[in-house]
Amino acid sequence: MERKELICIGCPMGCPVTVEMNGENVVSVTGNTCPRGERYARKEVTDPTRIVTSTVKVRGGAELLVPVKTKEDIPKGKIFECMKALTGVEVSAPIGIGDVIISDVAGTGVDIVATKEVRSVGKAD
Amino acid sequence: MKTYDIVIIGGGPAGLAAAVSARKQGEESIVILERDKELGGILNQCIHNGFGLHTFQEELTGPEYAARFMKQVEELGIEYRLNTMVVEISSDKVVTAMSRRDGMYQIRAKALILAMGCRERARGALNIPGYRPAGIYSAGTAQRLVNKEGFMPGRKVVILGSGDIGLIMARRMTLEGAEVKVVAELMPYSGGLKRNIVQCLDDYDIPLKLSHTVIDIKGKERVEGIVLAEVDETNRPIPGTEEFYECDTLLLSVGLIPENELSAQMGIALSNVTSGPVVDESLETNLDGVFACGNVLHVHDLVDFVSEEAATAGKNAACYVKNERMKSGISIPIKAENGVRYTVPSRIDPERMEEKQIVRFRVGKVYKNCRICAFLDGEQIISRKRPVVAPGEMEQVILKKEWFEQPPECTDGSGHELIIRIEE
Repeated sequence: MERKELICIGCPMGCPVTVEMNGENVVSVTGNTCPRGERYARKEVTDPTRIVTSTVKVRGGAELLVPVKTKEDIPKGKIFECMKALTGVEVSAPIGIGDVIISDVAGTGVDIVATKEVRSVGKAD
Repeated sequence: MKTYDIVIIGGGPAGLAAAVSARKQGEESIVILERDKELGGILNQCIHNGFGLHTFQEELTGPEYAARFMKQVEELGIEYRLNTMVVEISSDKVVTAMSRRDGMYQIRAKALILAMGCRERARGALNIPGYRPAGIYSAGTAQRLVNKEGFMPGRKVVILGSGDIGLIMARRMTLEGAEVKVVAELMPYSGGLKRNIVQCLDDYDIPLKLSHTVIDIKGKERVEGIVLAEVDETNRPIPGTEEFYECDTLLLSVGLIPENELSAQMGIALSNVTSGPVVDESLETNLDGVFACGNVLHVHDLVDFVSEEAATAGKNAACYVKNERMKSGISIPIKAENGVRYTVPSRIDPERMEEKQIVRFRVGKVYKNCRICAFLDGEQIISRKRPVVAPGEMEQVILKKEWFEQPPECTDGSGHELIIRIEE
């Protein structure tokens, strides 16, 4: 039986969680103080994932950049591939929160979406 | 001179939540004064996720969290003025502000909410020897450059201080192609949240060196490297432990300081520990009708708690204006003892307190397997077991109003004693 000590990143509490594993199988999860902790721990030892956040350039907007994120968490091993896919991407204002910037990034099936509204700079401004 | 019932200084998360809360109390005449070109404050450059679990039960990025409150401000028709710098507030609540559009002007407030936030401690406060080459930034400045302006401050990075912004920037710079060589922390524990150590450092194999500090910065025009050394228990560098790191950038994440120049100038009593105003259970300062909330009051780890606190300040400011606030009777000071560095609030009125009054504080060092205890007139009212508490993570206790309804040997306010302490 193998024991893995983790810190849950599900919320800012940062609970110390112990996972007991038998080969690939999770036998027990202890130390978590909520269901989110158990979910995180089971995932972290089998298929760790993260939300990735970054920015892309904006054309004709009130701001130079728009912040973006993966709409859901993606495999940890895909983080840099995801960042690479964002390199050189430019979008045109106006942009709304949730607008898809890249769909199915790095073959993860997850979209990159905008996390901020950027108005276009019109003559009225 | 125009008069508003409530003037809110600062349109960041605290100012926004305070405004929304005051309006929901039926307060019509509110204005938010914001020096930046947009509302939302520092959340606009905090593009990472992890905000809002407490407030919205979902994980949002900083801009998304801010947008939720901005939307409410818009929907509720709350007035705000951007690009507006408040330069002075008088003790009788006349606010002097200026903007390019309107020049300098004054407005009178019946109640004021201070929500100016905090700023970063800079290199000057650290006394690091060396020249003043380019390439030394506070972590928040670097965050702004990368996330708002689209510049990379450098390619080979050392970070001094393990505050959350430093940890977040270690990851951010790594994702943008920089090599973050090490994060050094003077104290024997991290100043940031544990989750950020995991997802910002461990995920990218960035070493965290505790009890280490930068003792020299090399380079004249541009940073060429830094010398790191281990420190002893008195934080003095230990000879023989020096290590050279080649880098072109040094980021400093060495603490945040509530921005209280305006408060001090208007005669508000500040705490020596937090550098924020001393407040009571209503988050009212020593000046009648002047409230404080958010990072100007004490530096928070979580914006969710800022919003919650600011809502309290907004509600109480609205009650103050409507003259619905109970006159203060007895006010019991909260004594922070044995590891508890301070409390916010630092005194409570048992008549005016909430049914469940939250008292937040930080501890002075790491305690393992300890208890957070509260005593009212010698009687233990709280004893909560905690596996670990650390200075980098704000703690709280909840005081129930009922405990104060018949406080033992209730005579007069000055006789009461409320103590919050850590017991090992």
